[in-house]
Amino acid sequence: MTARIGVITFPGTLDDRDTQRAVRVAGAEAVPLWHRDKDLKQVDAVVLPGGFSYGDYLRAGAISRFSPVMETVIEQARAGMPVLGICNGFQVLTETHLLPGAMLRNNHLHFICRDQKLRVENANTAWTTDYEAGQEISVPLKNIDGRYVADERTLDMLEAEGRVAFRYLDGNPNGSLRDIAGITNEAGNVVGLMPHPEHAVEPLIGTGRTDGLGFFTSILKRLVNA
Amino acid sequence: MARVVVDVMLKPEILDPQGQAVQRALPRLGFEGIADVRQGKRFELEVEGPVDDAALARIHEMAETFLANTVIEDFTVRVDEPAEAGS
Repeated sequence: MTARIGVITFPGTLDDRDTQRAVRVAGAEAVPLWHRDKDLKQVDAVVLPGGFSYGDYLRAGAISRFSPVMETVIEQARAGMPVLGICNGFQVLTETHLLPGAMLRNNHLHFICRDQKLRVENANTAWTTDYEAGQEISVPLKNIDGRYVADERTLDMLEAEGRVAFRYLDGNPNGSLRDIAGITNEAGNVVGLMPHPEHAVEPLIGTGRTDGLGFFTSILKRLVNA
Repeated sequence: MARVVVDVMLKPEILDPQGQAVQRALPRLGFEGIADVRQGKRFELEVEGPVDDAALARIHEMAETFLANTVIEDFTVRVDEPAEAGS
């Protein structure tokens, strides 16, 4: 039986179709989920895709955090279900406190859209086992609220526990503290990052490389072997 | 109906590039002597019923869980007293 990976659509989400496609390219079944559903349709993992849920009103990700579907996601994530938050999805995960810290407006105040080089710092999370620690990948980055912040104690804790999962290379695009592009929770099942691996899964589009595919093949392997 | 005001500000240690952009524009507009600007949010809540301690406690909880993200923001809650007649 193939793994079922849920992709949640909030009002304002815009990368849900690309994410579903990335899931299928990796060989899993993509299950569309609606923000008003409390039921996760027995999926094995969930992706919160990019976009501008609820228009980013109040703060990016703040209103979605209280949607019915997130009540179930929070509960299941705490019980160990793999959850990946990309861009707006990462913002939602910090707002739920499943991941520490917060996301703020880029330090230069510009929307940024470019190919971004990253270093995979932690290849042991549910979503990164098909990479190697230290591997450099290039995936698209596009956001205006991409500046990761947390207090010094939290940052030190993340570094000490190997929970900085991805770091920006060749220039920090948004002022994120310690060049952090993505982090994981303590158990390694919840991962959030600002750049967009789902836009780099086929050679014809995005960066022209398939560096982002590893996220979706990692989770598939984990679920199939589970 | 009574009005309760919730002010939300980025914590002092958090970089506020929007406030800085405003501050940098001031001399161009002829406003000198402003050393720093920080930009926040103000919520005006029109409250049904009395604004007693219980209502204020609920609003405090709302501010803490939703209106502000206490990882990055501080907030204050106050009742907006109506201006006195003739003043």
